Amino acid sequence: MGTLNIPVYLDYSATTPVDERVAKAMMDCLTVQGNFGNPASRSHVFGWKAEDAVKEARANVAKLIGADPKEIVWTSGATESDNLAIKGAAHFNAKKGKHIITVKTEHKAVLDTCRQLEREGFEVTYLDPQDNGLVDITKLADAIREDTTLVSVMHVNNEIGVIQDIAAIGALTRSKKILFHVDAAQSPGKVAIDVDAMNVDLMSLCAHKAYGPKGIGALYVRRKPRVRIEAQIHGGGHERGMRSGTLATHQIVGMGECFRIAHEEMEEENIRIEKMRDRLWDGLKDMEEVYLNGDLEQRIPGNMNISFNFVEGESLMMSLKDIAVSSGSACTSDSLEPSYVLRALGRNDELAHSSLRFTLGRFSTMEEVDFTVKEVRKAVEHLRDLSPLWDMYKDGIDLDTVQWAAH
Amino acid sequence: MAYSDKVIDHYENPRNVGKLDADSANVGTGMVGAPACGDVMRLQIQVDDNGVIEDAKFKTYGCGSAIASSSLVTEMVKGKTLDEAAAIKNMEIVEELALPPVKIHCSVLAEDAIAAAIADIRAKQDKKAESAA
Ligand SMILES: Cc1ncc(COP(=O)(O)O)c(C=O)c1O
Repeated sequence: MGTLNIPVYLDYSATTPVDERVAKAMMDCLTVQGNFGNPASRSHVFGWKAEDAVKEARANVAKLIGADPKEIVWTSGATESDNLAIKGAAHFNAKKGKHIITVKTEHKAVLDTCRQLEREGFEVTYLDPQDNGLVDITKLADAIREDTTLVSVMHVNNEIGVIQDIAAIGALTRSKKILFHVDAAQSPGKVAIDVDAMNVDLMSLCAHKAYGPKGIGALYVRRKPRVRIEAQIHGGGHERGMRSGTLATHQIVGMGECFRIAHEEMEEENIRIEKMRDRLWDGLKDMEEVYLNGDLEQRIPGNMNISFNFVEGESLMMSLKDIAVSSGSACTSDSLEPSYVLRALGRNDELAHSSLRFTLGRFSTMEEVDFTVKEVRKAVEHLRDLSPLWDMYKDGIDLDTVQWAAH
Repeated sequence: MAYSDKVIDHYENPRNVGKLDADSANVGTGMVGAPACGDVMRLQIQVDDNGVIEDAKFKTYGCGSAIASSSLVTEMVKGKTLDEAAAIKNMEIVEELALPPVKIHCSVLAEDAIAAAIADIRAKQDKKAESAA
């Protein structure tokens, strides 16, 4: 603590650096002196040792979410877990029904998987969240039909950091005997998870948002009552046939270790991060025309998604060249649409174009927060001086009444 | 995305930022784009008695390339007659700033802004000619 590392990294929701302890554990699983064996090799000690390491990692992952180790299926990441859960459950239950419910603010890994199922003849309802980003349970209940087989709702939103009431949704889906999938890629180490208390049937996880390596994830698949899914990747029958492929021991060990650390240090870490988050918001909120996107209370400590009205997000990021953040502006992506998540909250296009996401994490410092506040204020002022919209706002012109020459 | 040095230069040291009196007879104002699309440019030109652009000012809401395009355009139009300014093509801006393909729309917007500012001042001149006649 107490240092300013330039460039400042405030994009922990995109990915995190690997914790030194995790990297060390992973490195011990690679070379000839290390635990390099194939965990599926049953005939010698190299295989047994690797299997033990995988077993320990499986237990650590299970523990963090209140599951049994046998309910963990290793995958290549949350994207694969989402695909396996949604396609796997939809296909397995296709005879019962072909209707799925999800939310407009889900990650693309969920939305595009649902789109694919629509092409295959499934029907998908995409719920609008409320303005604070949270799902309205009554609306969800109303969307349930006779032929609904699966509800997929994320736990923590990657853009705005809001936390859905998974337990309430789980109680509903369980009472209706509908499968419930949760994309929890952003949750480990940030919010407590208990798959039993929450009545979750399938849960997607990954390591690289929790100080573990990229390219490894897991899908929790409930055993009691047993949830069945169709495999999407076929081969040697690993992971009880649900996901074939030689287990990547070093990746799995990395995920296990980062989940173990998350379990131990989560509480303390969240307190520290929340203090920094509050300092960031306190440093910015007194500026004119600044809006927080997403609920302030039902939110992970590390996320601040803020719209700076009359300033465009990409140019703002360009001004903040010593600070790594991300923007909901269209200009930063290949599409011309601004953030679909912010649009789904009912934010207008201007505010969606004007948003920045700051995500703090384990290695963030107060000094970095103070530096960020100073730089952001400076950049917003500079860009407002350049902004014709700011001029008009200051002249008392209501921008909604202006006839724009749209292009 | 990596920006060219020229974009960064115009972005960090924008030329001719400001506002001219839109009601003045020898000032033409062009406002193009829409907030919903992520960019709005306001370009203003002031012509002298010989019809030469003697001053130009801009303000732009948009990405770095949009800001740089409009800043560059204010430099390009100064000293030109309206006809000469009207002949400026967006590809000149693209080349000068080394804009990547996804940013070509910024240069198109800048060209549109010149056209709109010229149209505005020509309308004012026509009106003046009418009332004088
Ligand atoms: C909510 C959510 N789901 C899924 C993913 C995809 O995860 P992965 O990169 O492990 O495939 C991410 C991260 O980008 C995410 O934030």
